Amino acid sequence: MVEFQRVNKWYGSLHVLREISLRIEQGEVVVVCGPSGSGKSTLIRCVNGLEPIQSGEIVVGGKRLSDPSLDMTALRAEIGFVFQQFNLYPHLSVMENIVLAPLKVKKAPRPEAEKIARRLLERVGIPDKASAYPANLSGGQQQRVAIARALAMQPKIMLFDEPTSALDPEMISEVLEVMTDLAKDGMTMVVVTHEMGFARRVAHRVLFMDEGQIVEEGDPQRFFDSPASPRTKQFLSKILSH
Amino acid sequence: MDFSVVVRNLDFLILQGLLGFGNFVGGTLRLAIPAIVLGFVLGIFVGLGRLARSPWIRIPATVYVEFFRGVPLVMVIFWFWFIIPVLLRVALPEYGVALTAFVVFEAAYLGEIVRAGIQSVPRGQMEAATATGLTQTQTMLYVILPQALRNMIPALVTQFIVLFKDPSLASIIGYVDLTKAAQIVNNREIRPFELYLFIAVVYWLCTYSMSLYARYLEKRLTPA
Repeated sequence: MVEFQRVNKWYGSLHVLREISLRIEQGEVVVVCGPSGSGKSTLIRCVNGLEPIQSGEIVVGGKRLSDPSLDMTALRAEIGFVFQQFNLYPHLSVMENIVLAPLKVKKAPRPEAEKIARRLLERVGIPDKASAYPANLSGGQQQRVAIARALAMQPKIMLFDEPTSALDPEMISEVLEVMTDLAKDGMTMVVVTHEMGFARRVAHRVLFMDEGQIVEEGDPQRFFDSPASPRTKQFLSKILSH
Repeated sequence: MDFSVVVRNLDFLILQGLLGFGNFVGGTLRLAIPAIVLGFVLGIFVGLGRLARSPWIRIPATVYVEFFRGVPLVMVIFWFWFIIPVLLRVALPEYGVALTAFVVFEAAYLGEIVRAGIQSVPRGQMEAATATGLTQTQTMLYVILPQALRNMIPALVTQFIVLFKDPSLASIIGYVDLTKAAQIVNNREIRPFELYLFIAVVYWLCTYSMSLYARYLEKRLTPA
């Protein structure tokens, strides 16, 4: 589904991704964790081309991102992305937030787009908020709308960039529940998060990144119970100790 | 104080001076309204040009802004008045010259307001729209500009108010706006206090209603 082949990325002289090679299979749920500045957000932002890379190759659904004839816009439409700060459109209602891309990109007829939007709002647990504006929703509700907005394009893969980091603690679980359901339905997901409980319960594989490299990866049980790298052990002891 | 001079010349002051219906080419509103509309449209392109990635668009847009912001409007009016006939071998009428000069000049200021407005929209908005597959144009049209316009309203209205009063500068090429109309009446009647006080009130009523409308618009465009 997604493949990184010796990917390198720099911000100026800062080497943020170092020789990253990675394969993510269809239906797989991969959690990426690591200290801030380790390159984990950059990693998933490269998948839909929000960030350009300087060397190596990324292949998404069989398409090479470096291919100059690639229709990047069409590819992005198949990749759902959920941001840490939600990034809902504040001037549009919840319904309009969700139907904008289906209407404009897929040229879907409005009644159909709205029907799908209502079903998605139901799925994320806020069917009564269609006419509300983002400013009137709690953080957890906003993030669930953002997930619905991404799902409205019927993506083949969902990328989550620290989806719960900007939320109050009591709202984290409502977002994680939606994500867990999504994983159970077989969605291919890459999730950058510090929610280790979620990783343990839902992920098929956990990656640990540090200084632009994938230091360790494995299935959750092995990853949490017997990490090989001392750097991983140190990181886990810090975030699991409280 | 004898305000009967205003009453006696009311039709000339309002119809000719403010609205532009009369024997002379003129009218404050007749110049200001199209100048605001066309200047804003051109300003949007200038503002977008200032933000373009391609230097072939960005640099000319920047030069345009820096140039026209740096010269007085009166001078721009003079240029168009004297240079266009030489270049195009046709003499433009006063109205054409004044409108062209206003649009070209104001687009530089409005372009900067548009640029600042677009930059005031958080980067995440662009990223979110891009990530759902919207093209750059769609992103601009449906996500960035509507939010940017709302943020621009206070600065835009200030500029529109400035522009509303500027037709008096076009009197140097014979354009009879409200101020010029008062001047013409005063030359005959010698009642400067009454006449200039009256047009001050007219100017103020017009600009203040613009402020009020802007306040209403700002409120209406603030989501819930």
